[in-house]
This record gives sequence, structure tokens and C-alpha cells, in this order.
Amino acid sequence: MRTALTILVLAALASTLPACSGGEKSSNTLRVAADTEPAALDPHLVTGFTEHRLLTSMFEGLTTLNQKTLAVEPGAAESWTVSDDGLVYTFKINPKAKWSDGTPLTAKDFVYGWRRHLSLNLASEYSYMLWCIKNAEAYNKGQLTDFDEVGAKALDDATLEVTLAYPAPYFLSMQIHYSWFPVLQSNIEAFGKIDDRNSKWTRAGNMVSNGPFKLVEWNPNQIIRVERNEHYWDAANVKLDAIEFYPMQNLLTEERSFQSGKVHFIETLLATKIETYRKEKPEVLRIEPFIGTYFYRFNTTRPPLDDPRVRRALAMAIDRQSICDSVMYGAASPAVALTPPELAGYTAKARIDFNVEEARRFLAEAGYPNGQGLRPIEILFNDSEDHERIAEAIQDMWKLNLNVEVTTNKQEWKVYLNTMNALGYDVVRSAWIADYLDPMNYMECFVTGGGNNRTGWSSKPYDDLVEQARYCVDPVQRYELLQQAEAILLEEAPIAPIYTYKQKLLVSPEVQGYDINPIGYLNYRSFSLASATP
Amino acid sequence: MTKFILRRLLSFIPVFFIIVTMLFFLIRIAPGGPFQGGERAVPPEVLEKLRETYNLNAPLYRQYVDYLVDLAQGDLGPSMYQPSRTVTEWVQLRFPVSLELGFYALLVAMTLGFLAGITAALRPNTITDYVPMSFAMVGICIPNFVLGPVLVLIFALKLGWLPVAGWADPLDKVLPSLTLGTAYAAYVARLARGGMFEVLAQDFIRTARAKGLSETRVILRHALRGGVQPVIAFLGPAAAGLLTGSFVVEQIFQVPGLGKQFVDAAFNRDYTMLMGAVLVYAVLILCFNLVVDVIQAWLDPRVRYG
Repeated sequence: MRTALTILVLAALASTLPACSGGEKSSNTLRVAADTEPAALDPHLVTGFTEHRLLTSMFEGLTTLNQKTLAVEPGAAESWTVSDDGLVYTFKINPKAKWSDGTPLTAKDFVYGWRRHLSLNLASEYSYMLWCIKNAEAYNKGQLTDFDEVGAKALDDATLEVTLAYPAPYFLSMQIHYSWFPVLQSNIEAFGKIDDRNSKWTRAGNMVSNGPFKLVEWNPNQIIRVERNEHYWDAANVKLDAIEFYPMQNLLTEERSFQSGKVHFIETLLATKIETYRKEKPEVLRIEPFIGTYFYRFNTTRPPLDDPRVRRALAMAIDRQSICDSVMYGAASPAVALTPPELAGYTAKARIDFNVEEARRFLAEAGYPNGQGLRPIEILFNDSEDHERIAEAIQDMWKLNLNVEVTTNKQEWKVYLNTMNALGYDVVRSAWIADYLDPMNYMECFVTGGGNNRTGWSSKPYDDLVEQARYCVDPVQRYELLQQAEAILLEEAPIAPIYTYKQKLLVSPEVQGYDINPIGYLNYRSFSLASATP
Repeated sequence: MTKFILRRLLSFIPVFFIIVTMLFFLIRIAPGGPFQGGERAVPPEVLEKLRETYNLNAPLYRQYVDYLVDLAQGDLGPSMYQPSRTVTEWVQLRFPVSLELGFYALLVAMTLGFLAGITAALRPNTITDYVPMSFAMVGICIPNFVLGPVLVLIFALKLGWLPVAGWADPLDKVLPSLTLGTAYAAYVARLARGGMFEVLAQDFIRTARAKGLSETRVILRHALRGGVQPVIAFLGPAAAGLLTGSFVVEQIFQVPGLGKQFVDAAFNRDYTMLMGAVLVYAVLILCFNLVVDVIQAWLDPRVRYG
């Protein structure tokens, strides 16, 4: 027994010797729970939100946003001008901007990064974010082979000229997204070709980046540690010495890690834990708006859901307030349109409200008075407790309010995606988190044949309005066109909005400068720790 | 003995081949694939390119043959979901952690299990039998996704003695090992009790006692060798179970082992990673079974010549 214990202790000690020699840990280190191990740390290969968190600390796009107001502020570019037609952006790169190895950052690094992201061989799943650049789509699809024809030019080391395919008023705020980050050609090509998916350039020790922090340790599923990048142009205003990200993969583990002080904040508190924190530790709990919509798609190719009146009846018979209060414990707000309210100054005028009388009338008009003659409807969702509880609540509401029989069907994530894409469902749980700050991002989902449509719905007037809005230069008229489009969408109801997301965070009082904004953007420059302030 | 081992080793080849083949086709039958987009649609041109890059456009038999050729050269390919590391690198990175966790858990299981089992067997149907066996029953019944958080609540959050999660400091390793080992300790205890109980009733034990040997000597020298037989037989599956079944514990305690990687690979339809992980486990289970057979043959001549 004693021998066994001795061996156990010795083995445990021996295996951690290298970890002990890691050096003194600074107290000025922000410790964060990352939801998952990132799929990669290559800004041109990833698609997730966790990756966004990580990469924003290491890289910087042309602009940044104010942590509090979300106003566009200079990033790698110190200034810019926009042509009158909204199509040509000319950026001046900050002369002080450097890569983490000291190489000066130039306009060419952006052009190189975008060429890399758009190369078909790299096969990035998020490359379409760059399609607003002139000819980028054609180049990405391999229809165009000469990158010189794409509207991104380095006029000289300090000047970057971008020509867009259509005026995109969100172009500047979009630059915070990792798909736009620059990469250093010599760094990429030291480890492989420009379009090598399996390159080792993102390993700690290999990666050269241009953000406020640089990668120093990447121990998968354990820790990702970034330290202050002394070559960063605004290094003087970076208050933290380092950030440590702990990929947890389990929401309960995250919450326990927060309780024990292992991490300073977590961004995904389980809804069921909210009440406890409200009662016991309200000072660390933060529930804040988030620009994402949770909604149901209707399969408009299947009777009886091919009838807009049936869809609208179903959409109107959902008591959203009750779902937000009882099922989501207040960590959601009722959604009456597809776009979340106050999205870049846009709030939908059209709406789908909870109105049982009206819903019954629509259903009767469609030929199913009091639900008679209507076949049972199935709600499909992917395996998750929240989705299940919401589906069951809606099942009850449709039965109670419309006398419609509803069954539920739970599928594993990939199977669910498959079923949804093949239109093999009646009603399916869906969500959309904005890629960039503009209602266009929501509206373009439902154009005829769009990859994100997934309802079989098609409306010529809707398509025309979205297309007109895309090329519209006048901001007021542009939003008016989008309003009209959204009105059609809600009138025909291929979707039923349910709630607008809220962020559920636990933040230690230690953390300062963390103003939570509705896009969940973190400008790590503004962060500091109370204990580290002199 | 050498012949016995060689014969078993040779039988691994067809077994391994069958596993590879079944696995290869089974994971491709599962709905969905590694590249189909997620909540957001991916342009068809890009998806097409991805499938081409990972040889998913070729006819199935061709993909299978190509995979076997690569496998024969020891190439498991890049991970489809986490492209910046190859499957071999992932296994090298994460398998030792699972191995380490499994080893500690096995130590926990053996130590606790043997102590409880032997204590119980010495005075059957008394309080020293009932108490450890009741604990063993509880240990079997409580799943580790309950036990883990309870231990964290007591030792990490209330008492503050041990960390909640992680795998860097030696103290990090205590709770995951205990959590994973406890259920197996319970089985070991029951098996050890049963084995010892049976052996202690036999004639040669009575003879040993009649010779005037001390009770300690009777138990350690004479009874134990026969009494541990059922436990040894259980060790093969237990060791395999500790390694493959550790994913729940890995998730609760943020342990960067292969178990979690394996489960994630299945959910992500990361074909190459999934194949790699299963093959590692398959080889491991085959080896464990062999080792157990050898130990049993060594302990019991009837197995060797049977």
C-alpha cells in the first residue's frame, strides 16, 4: 500500500516537472474560460466564436471597435477615406504598426492575407465574408485566376485601396472579423505553401501576428497563453501582461472554475443556474443583449406548411414572453422579427405578435377551423436541453391555442444539419448570429436558393428588394428597402421568430474595463485587473 | 509459452483488419459528413474542394484502398476538423494523458478494491464484511458524472484543498483519478472478496493452518495467489475500460486525454481522427487481453496447457 502510494506520488511529480519550470506567473494575467478547443488558430481556416475570442487577442484588422460604444476606431490602419459612391476605400496603414517579430506591417500583408483566404485550394468555409470585394467571389470560386483583377491593391507599403462589388456600409466594422486579418507572407511560407491547410505556422513559437498579444503556449485542451506583444503599435495602452485561455468543453466545469477563481470570467452560464446567482451572487452575474435570433424554420415545400396562412397561424400562436421568462429564466427577450432590435440603427417595423384570436382566424381561413383536418406537425431540433424544453413549450402552445397535434424529434447535430439542408423536416429549430453589424446579413439568408434559406421559400418581390438594397448608396433608402423586405418575410412567415439571445456571463469584480456590448466583441486593450493596478 | 504468445499475436492481424474495414465503412454510413457547413451554409465550390482535398470524392472502394495503403505506411493523415495537426500528432499529444490517468485510476481501483475485498472475505457476514461491501455497492451504482462533481464540490469548492479542473499540477490529478478509479475499485472489491472467500474454504488452506502457519502467511502466501484470479481476469477489460471510458471524467476535469478527442471526432465526423483513435484503442485492448492471458497462464497452469 505504502509502496503503491509512493509510486503514485512520484509518478505524479515526475510527470509535471517540465510544467514547474515554466517560470513565475505574473499576477497581471487575465484568465478566461474558452468554450472549446479551437479547431485551429489560423484566422483563414476557422469558423467559430471561441476562435474569434482567441484570434482577436493575437491579430488586428484594419479597424477596431470601441469596447463600450462599438464606434469604429483605428486598428492597423490609422485613417481611411471612402469614395462618394461608397465603393472605394483607401486605408493608410499605421506607420508604427509592426508584426510580433518586429517586421513593419504593410498594405501588402493585407492583400496577401486576403489572397490566401480567397484561394480555392485553402478551401476556407468562411471565405464568403470577403465576397463584398470586387471580383473576390469569382476568384474564390476559381472562375478567375489572376488576383490583380480582385479589388484589393497595395498602392504602396502604407496605402491600401479596396474596391467593393457593392456599397457595404458595414465594411469598416466588419474588419474586426478574423476573416479579414492580415498574415505575414514570410511567416506563412516558412512553413508551407500559401494555401496549405495543414501548415504548422500557427504553432507557438512559429506564429507571427500583429495584435496586442502574441502566442507563447498552445497546449491543446489545456491552455492557450498569449503575452503582450511589445512590437504592437499601441503597446503602451495594453494593460494586461498576458491572457490565458482554458478550453473547458463543459459548461458546468466552466462555472465551477469560476467559483474557484481559476478563471476571471465565463461567457456561457447555463440558463438553469441563473436563479441561483440572482439570489446568492448578483454582483458577478451579467445578463446583456446579444445580436442573435432564435427562430423556427417552416418547410414551405410540404403541405400544409406550404400555405402562408398556416405558417403565420403557427408563428402567432407562440407565447414568446412566457418562453423567455419560464424556459429561459429571463436570459432572452421575445423576438417579433428576424432581425434583432437596434441592429446598427435598424429595428424592424413589421412584426409577428402573440395573438391567439388572429392565429385561429388564419388557420380557419386556410381550411382548418379549430385545427380540424390538419395532420400532426413535427418539430425537429438538435440534441440540447434548452432546445428540447423550448420545443415542448411550443408543442403545448400549439395544442392549446390552435388544437394542432405536434410531435418532437431530437437529432444529433450533424444528422440534424443533414435533415434540415435536405428539407426533410416540418419545423426546425434555427438560429442566426450576425456575421457583421447590418440587417442585410439577416435578409440575405432568405433569398431564393440561398444556402442559408433552407425553407424552400421563394419570393420574387423579396429577392428584388434585397438586391436593390445591396446596391443602394443612400443609407436611409437602403434601410427602407430592407424594412419592406422584412415585412414580406414576416407576412409570408417561412420562419417564426422566437427570442433574441442574451449573453449570460459571470464576471469577477477583479476585471476592469469589460463593458459588455451586444456583439460580444472584446477589445482586449481596454481590459485590466484590479489587483494589478498600482 | 512463447508459442502461446506468438499464436495470439498472429491472431491480431485478421482482427485488426476486420476492425479497420468495419470502422471505415460504418463511419461513412453515418448521416452527415465532415464537410457540410454548420449553422451557416458553405459555398458549394468550397465544399467540393474540401471533399477533393480529403479524397472524399473518389469512389468508396478507392478511398478504402488509399486509406489502407497510407495506414500500412503508418500515415493516419491530417485531422479533418483540426487541420493544423496530424492524427498521429493528436494521438501522441493526448494518448499519454489518458494512459497516465488510467494508470492512476487503476492504482486507486486495485488498492481500494483489494483492501476492501480481502477485509470482507476474512470475516464473512460480519460488520467488516458488510461495511466495505456496502461501499462497493454504492461505488458501482454512482456514475462518475455524479461522483466527479460531488468530489469537486467537497474537496475543491468547500474545503479548497484540490483544484476544480486542469491537468498541470500534481494535485490536479487527484480528483480525476479517484473519480475514475472508484467504480472499478468497487468491482475489484467484490471480485476479490468472492475469490478469496472461495479459496479460504479449500482443503489446502486448512492444511496450511493445521501446519501452524500464521494467519498473515496463510493469506499472503497461500490464499492470495488463487484468490486474485477473478480480479486478474477482470483487469484486461478494466484497463481497457479505464482508458476508453475516461471521456466523461476528462470532460468534467478538463483533462486533455484521448477519450474526449475520440468522442468529439465522432460528433464532428472527423473521419481520419476517429479512425486513428479507434485503432489505437483496438490495439490497446488486444494487447491488454494478451497480457492478462499471459499472467493467467503464469498463475494457473491449467490455462497454459488447456
